Amino acid sequence: MNKKLIALAVAASVSMPAMAQAENVKIGMITTLSGGGSSLGIDIRDGFALAVKQGGGKLGGQDIEVMIEDDARKPDKAKQIADKFIKRDKVDILTGIVWSNLALAVVPSAVKGGVFYISPNAGPSQLAGKLCNENYFNVAWQNDNLHEAMGEYVSSQGMKNAYILAPNYPAGKDSLAGFKRFYKGELAGETFTKLGQKDYAAELAAIREAKPDSIFFFLPGGMGIAFMKQYAQSGIEAPVFGPAFSFDQGILKAVGDAALGVKNSSQWNKDIDNAANKVFVADFQAEYGRLPSLYASQGYDAARLIASALKKAGGIGDAAAFRAALKVAEFESVRGAFKFGPNNHPIQDIYVREVVKEGDVLTNKIVGVGLKDHSDAYASQCAM
Amino acid sequence: MSAAFIFEQLLNSLQLGVMLFVMAAGLTLVFGVMGLINLAHGSLYMVGAFFCAWVAGETGSFWVGLGAGLVAAAAAGAMVEMLVMRRLYDRDHLDQVLATFSLILIFNEGTRWVFGAQPLYLDIPSALATSVPLPGGGGYPLYRLVIIAFGIATAAGLYLLISRTRLGMQIRAGESDREMIGALGVDINTLYTLVFAIGAMLAGLAGALVGALQSVEVGMGEPVLILAFVVIVIGGIGSIKGALIGAILVGLVDTLGRAFLHKLFALALPPAEANGYGAALASMAIYLLMATVLAWRPKGLFPVNG
Repeated sequence: MNKKLIALAVAASVSMPAMAQAENVKIGMITTLSGGGSSLGIDIRDGFALAVKQGGGKLGGQDIEVMIEDDARKPDKAKQIADKFIKRDKVDILTGIVWSNLALAVVPSAVKGGVFYISPNAGPSQLAGKLCNENYFNVAWQNDNLHEAMGEYVSSQGMKNAYILAPNYPAGKDSLAGFKRFYKGELAGETFTKLGQKDYAAELAAIREAKPDSIFFFLPGGMGIAFMKQYAQSGIEAPVFGPAFSFDQGILKAVGDAALGVKNSSQWNKDIDNAANKVFVADFQAEYGRLPSLYASQGYDAARLIASALKKAGGIGDAAAFRAALKVAEFESVRGAFKFGPNNHPIQDIYVREVVKEGDVLTNKIVGVGLKDHSDAYASQCAM
Repeated sequence: MSAAFIFEQLLNSLQLGVMLFVMAAGLTLVFGVMGLINLAHGSLYMVGAFFCAWVAGETGSFWVGLGAGLVAAAAAGAMVEMLVMRRLYDRDHLDQVLATFSLILIFNEGTRWVFGAQPLYLDIPSALATSVPLPGGGGYPLYRLVIIAFGIATAAGLYLLISRTRLGMQIRAGESDREMIGALGVDINTLYTLVFAIGAMLAGLAGALVGALQSVEVGMGEPVLILAFVVIVIGGIGSIKGALIGAILVGLVDTLGRAFLHKLFALALPPAEANGYGAALASMAIYLLMATVLAWRPKGLFPVNG
């Protein structure tokens, strides 16, 4: 089977075997490393590993042991790995899951059993609302956030007749709901496409027929690449808006010049001006030879959040102290100001970026702020 | 709703249909001649797209890339036939499914090792990046018309190959009685390798042509493989004519379902619900078509061997 077990740090295990191993903080990372969507998991893993490397194999001065396994984007497999990590390896912290449906399969039972879960990506509405838990922290965003910021921005640009589309699955529905929560104009049309669909000829003809003044879409991964390329040939002139997922570093090269000028929303970009971000972008490029993506920044911040809490609480022996240390989030996030709201989801600025060319490389630059100090719509449903 | 809109959607249906035909033709040919179920057909589609993207990126020419994609897919097909498939002809379909499923995993991970996890860039040639005006207003992307032309040429080429050439005669003979043509002195091994390579090349052609329009990434073959199976089950497994008719039917039902079903629901329901039901039914439409055809004709529209 394609199981991978990589111990990134096994410091001091040789000289004092029994004691030192018992005191290591064990972190289990479940993420997508093979098949479709693996570039996201790989970036999260690499961002996380970079922070561990910068700490000399430790996080917050504590010896750690990181175990990484591949969920292949399958909920049942993610659940199996989580069970193994919790029961056999006795991990203290879980992290890494990319997809909301996998997070929903793993997180609720894991955190109830007393394990900490730090989400570097997926933020489904359920985990921010009714299923929130004191041991669950999301260091990225709640799923609706980037779409909400785009709704606000599209309105602020004077657009009054947007056409919106997303795949027909929970995160797609959350996306359009989030957009509509802040968008004030009329809708020229609203379409749910098949999940995984790659040919948008029928939808593009319908968009041309509807004559919108702007288009908002959420089509993660290959779906977005296909949509943008076909949109560029369709001859439709309306400007395109979307969340960062379809315009992130890992994907822009495949979209090509069709993406130039597109405005997209994100809580992070490589040009955010703070010391932590400068170190991250430079070190990531030096280590891996490519520009970091949004997902890499989230993996990096997840590790640095854990490091800050381990340092403050002096390890994870006292779970209540560790939890309180996570909650105050005393680390310098690469996105700048960061704090947790009452449901352990971020309160942060969501920026608007534009796709530009730096030399031959397509990348993003920040052109404005979509929403300032933005929380999420589900915090009030969380009884914690 | 204008006439131009309906005409454009019909063109879209035809384009999707001929691409599915190119994909399904190889699958059904291999099944018809060798009695082999090849789940790795989608992987050959991916091989065609990746080599096309890679060579097009190195040389700057899409057409050189397309040629490379065809050669690579055919070579991969011939290699798979000689190394793996040859041992499976006498085994039952379950063994074949198991072995070719493992090939999917091997191809996917191998491709990721060689080309990396990030999607590759492949765009259509700039000469084709324009649109052709349609009667009644609007335009249709020239590249999609070129795809339709490729599909029709493939159908015609396959027809000529099978009905007019010596190789075609052997293929037809192999379909009806494979022991007998072996006894008549035809080199079965070479024939099978050749047929498999032709099927793989067609998958590579579809992958490269569609890759330029969509995205070139690991795992791109599996969704198409499922559609190709729907096509050949509707058409009758093993029948090229069935694959053509089945592909056009699936193209029509899928495209028109996406374009018009939600409008149909909107006549009776509020817009939000109409969108939801329309989208749900549109994703199911081709499977409903398949179920209906199978209920009416359990062996597909054009069953082979009665």
